[in-house]
Amino acid sequence: MSNSVYIAAIFLPLLASLIVGLFGRTIGVRVSNVVSVGAIFAAAACSVLIFIEIALGHQVKVLPLMTWIASGDFVVEWALRFDTLSAVMLVVVTGVSAMVHLYSVGYMSHDASRQRFMSYLGLFTFTMLMLVTANNLVQLFFGWEGVGLASYLLIGFWHDRDSANAASIKAFVVNRVGDLGLALGVFAAFFVFGTVSFEGMFAQAPEKVGTVLIFWGYSVPALELVCLLLFVGAVGKSAQVGLHTWLPDAMEGPTPVSALIHAATMVTAGVFLMCRMSPVLEFAPIAGIVITFIGAATAVFAATVGLTQFDIKRVIAYSTCSQLGYMMFAIGISAYPAAIFHLFTHAFFKALLFLGAGSVIHGMHDEQDMRKMGGLRKALPITHLLMFIGSLALAGIPPFAGYYSKDMILELARAKGTYFAHFAMVAGLIVVFLTAFYSWRVLCLTFYGKTRADKHTFEHAHESPFVMLLPMLILTVGAIGAGYLGKEYFIGHERLTFWNNSLFVLPANDVVDAAHHLPEIEKKVPLVLALAGIIFSYLFYLVFPKVPAFFTKVFRFTYTFFYRKWFFDELYTLVFVRGAKALGRGFWKIFDGKIIDRFLPNGAATVSWFTAGGLSRLQSGFVAQYATVMVLGLLAFLSYFLFKTVLPL
Amino acid sequence: MINSVGVFAGVPVLTALIFLPLLGALLLLLTGTVTTSSKATFVKSVALGISLLTFVLSLFIWKEFDASNAGFQFVERYAWLPQWNISYYVGIDGISLFMVVLSTFLLPLCILASWQSIETRVREYMIAFLLLETFMLGMFAALDMVLFYVFFEAVLIPMFLIVGVWGGKNRIYAAFKFFLYTLAGSLLMLLAVIVIYRHAGTADIPVLMDNLRLPASTQMWLWLAFFAAFAVKVPMVPFHTWLPDAHVEAPTAGSVILAGVLLKMGAFGFLRFSIPMLPQATEQFIPLVSWLSIIAVIYTSLIALVQTDMKKLIAYSSIAHMGFVTIGLFTLNLQGMQGAIFQMISHGVVSGALFLCVGVVYDRLHTREIARYGGLVQKMPHYAVVFLFFTMASIGLPATSGFVGEFLVLLGAFKVNTLYASLTALGVVLGAAYALSLYRRVVLGKMVHEDLFKMPDLTVREKAIFAPLIIVVLWMGIAPASFLKPLEAPLLVLIERHQEALEIEPPVRLTGRLTELFGEKK
Repeated sequence: MSNSVYIAAIFLPLLASLIVGLFGRTIGVRVSNVVSVGAIFAAAACSVLIFIEIALGHQVKVLPLMTWIASGDFVVEWALRFDTLSAVMLVVVTGVSAMVHLYSVGYMSHDASRQRFMSYLGLFTFTMLMLVTANNLVQLFFGWEGVGLASYLLIGFWHDRDSANAASIKAFVVNRVGDLGLALGVFAAFFVFGTVSFEGMFAQAPEKVGTVLIFWGYSVPALELVCLLLFVGAVGKSAQVGLHTWLPDAMEGPTPVSALIHAATMVTAGVFLMCRMSPVLEFAPIAGIVITFIGAATAVFAATVGLTQFDIKRVIAYSTCSQLGYMMFAIGISAYPAAIFHLFTHAFFKALLFLGAGSVIHGMHDEQDMRKMGGLRKALPITHLLMFIGSLALAGIPPFAGYYSKDMILELARAKGTYFAHFAMVAGLIVVFLTAFYSWRVLCLTFYGKTRADKHTFEHAHESPFVMLLPMLILTVGAIGAGYLGKEYFIGHERLTFWNNSLFVLPANDVVDAAHHLPEIEKKVPLVLALAGIIFSYLFYLVFPKVPAFFTKVFRFTYTFFYRKWFFDELYTLVFVRGAKALGRGFWKIFDGKIIDRFLPNGAATVSWFTAGGLSRLQSGFVAQYATVMVLGLLAFLSYFLFKTVLPL
Repeated sequence: MINSVGVFAGVPVLTALIFLPLLGALLLLLTGTVTTSSKATFVKSVALGISLLTFVLSLFIWKEFDASNAGFQFVERYAWLPQWNISYYVGIDGISLFMVVLSTFLLPLCILASWQSIETRVREYMIAFLLLETFMLGMFAALDMVLFYVFFEAVLIPMFLIVGVWGGKNRIYAAFKFFLYTLAGSLLMLLAVIVIYRHAGTADIPVLMDNLRLPASTQMWLWLAFFAAFAVKVPMVPFHTWLPDAHVEAPTAGSVILAGVLLKMGAFGFLRFSIPMLPQATEQFIPLVSWLSIIAVIYTSLIALVQTDMKKLIAYSSIAHMGFVTIGLFTLNLQGMQGAIFQMISHGVVSGALFLCVGVVYDRLHTREIARYGGLVQKMPHYAVVFLFFTMASIGLPATSGFVGEFLVLLGAFKVNTLYASLTALGVVLGAAYALSLYRRVVLGKMVHEDLFKMPDLTVREKAIFAPLIIVVLWMGIAPASFLKPLEAPLLVLIERHQEALEIEPPVRLTGRLTELFGEKK
């Protein structure tokens, strides 16, 4: 297949973005939509072709474009790398992006800046594709920051809303904290390997196991350091606990954005990065333990918060955070294929759930609070059905997609048998219950029971147009079938030939076969927990609707703790936001203003003396006078110089 | 003696470049005082034409420049004071090449930016800018210490006038503060120049760079004297307080040149004098420079976070960005130094552009107070895009020029000391915070002030100013090779000489215990 297909898959979205962004007003809405949607569908078609040739044909292809940065032995190229891992990501990114583009045609039809929106979506898709096809860590960093920019622009899309502007800055700055770790990781990698290209690093990883690097004055194992620093970047982008605070706020963006960027693709970049680095990560067991722990903690943390939120999008956002935790701890226990498999299935059902939520919000005239919903099943029957299927997939009910990927992760954790894997497995099982519970809480509060909406809104609630339902339908097909169809390739017997070394697992760490041979009874545990979650949720929110209120009263402290998101935001605002500003003000007013300007020999005091006293005559403002004085001064220095230097010689 | 090859064989091309603006200034002097608006336009057109011509000539020089040659090119040398071994001696290497091109590139934009905002003494203003250009070019090309010193000092004069005559309300205070700070530093530098001259008996910079050998104790004092001059110019904390005042009071174009070129004079001085001529002292003072740079990055970024005046905010951010430059220069490895010089060029373009962005709205509303703006995107969509672009370049988004410089600096610093790199990198986070918050407060949000509703979007003239800046930022960000390549050869020589000098005489460690903890080379 010719290289132009590969180039087109990556650059068509950029081209569309530029056309629509620069000339959107001239060519009008209709043409802009055609250009954007057309380009992304073409890119998606190219991606499928690439997937067939690369992933199913067991090939690797690297397309060098040009040199980017060359400084001595530090050489970075613009190049596109296609292997099974990037081919899978290509399909996910362009696929979901295509659906979201289509959906947006309907969802944004009343917005005055539709072209700008489409242009941003195109920019996002392009940078995300550059990220997943990077052939070295620096180009990956380009994509990484590029999706950050697109995310910033799209979260703040409605720029007259203060909350949106605050959320967009928060997303960018919090991510920058992660990026700082990522950048340091890149430096460390270059320091250790002398290159940042993937092949170069991976080839050397086994022999660098014993290498030690001095970091902040401490001797640390080099590979562990590289992986941990890169993981800091992943924590930021994939909203792991600690740097997760931006993700729920990112829901200020239009809902299609939440589906594409903050559920299916961008937030999985951290997972992708750690999987990409698997040939190094496999030799960094401590980093693996840290990742397992953070991932498991994120899964539990986010699920507990998700239980208590009332904003429909925020529940799904916390759910995303929690599912990313699953993927992370899978990486920690070397289950990279399972992590990517879950990424793959999650992209379908989570994008579906978000688009469903968008459909509800659209139908309810921009209402997002579930306390003002209920009983919408009749008004939005198709949306209800599709979200129901999405929830089944999320909860992990067979034969829907999430069942295969999530259960695999839990089984692998069980089979792994180490202390931390065990910890992660228990956390994961708790989260299975919680996930099913909050998913049905959303369904109950939104679609079932008596409505709590005001009469006007309820009567005018309407099903979404076909252009929005169609992409949801397509995603539903994925949410139903992606797990069953993918399992043989991703995690089954075909996995070694399928992944073709794009994911690397040390034979000693590979427990897939052991997981397949776990006792059937143990494999059923997650399913039982999920069903229990669903049943409890029904009981709580439909049969005995007074029970939740009772619980919030009895467990007031715990409830408040969850509802206020474990007080992360309050803590960060206090320490970092207020702290930085107080420091800045202190430095400015006290150090600059009081100390430096007073005590340095040429400080303000001297200046005022000059300007107010002896030289005030010069203030009359005549150019010639100033100039004369200056020239005289210079001449004086020169003569002094010549006199002093030259005469003695 | 003229020593250039290729198209310019036998042509005194550098002299032509340096004195072309001076010629323009003389021409303007002849036209007499500006009395009518058509005459003002004529004066401005002449200045613009001359500066454009200079720019085109500098591009030819860049084209003819041999990037693989580490030495000085287009060299011209004429006896000036032969009995004292002082000559008019100019030439450029890869480092000064870009300083020259940066200066000639920014100057026409400055004149365009002043087209309407300068209404008094137009002729004198244009003369000041053209003189400034001659002095800057002369300083960057000078290869004789005395010549360098003359130009280095001369730059002060037009800049002092630009701030002092065409500045804002508080211009006298700012101009004198700027003048006195810089002067105090350069007096010490003069002392150092004298001592070196007396010791070596020559003012020939290339010879001194290669051969000057001074005892370590002498070096230390000389180094500190140079440091005083250059640290004020950069400026490094705690010698920086003149900069925010000067920027706030300067007219837009004055800020552009101040941030774009004048701040680079300090860093350029380190490259020409401190590092090559005083290797042992340089090695000793690496921890000092590094820690001052780190403090500059964090300290001024935090201050930028709480500013209420747009220009002050960008001025403080300039100091932070220059902190990257100084830490990069003193890594004394290729990546760090190449990154530092790249960052100098990039900062020249980007901060210049940001000051121009401020100028656009200042021209319309005559206030720099951030709170008086907000929601501009609704009336000025093109402006919003341009401002966002340069904001992103300023915070170093990959594929803009800011990224390449910062990234290489941090990479170089990481090799020397991981703690330096980590702390400096904090500036990247803080930079995003203050830059985006400025953008949010000015451009985004609801438009609440009524007088903003009448603000027109960018004019054709303004777009013509920004377009070349955007192109350069992207060019430097996506394909930086044309900028990195010419820097490589002279820097490699510089680094090699430094290592050789250290092998001959290892430096004495100043701060034993502290150095061991934080400053140790790995």
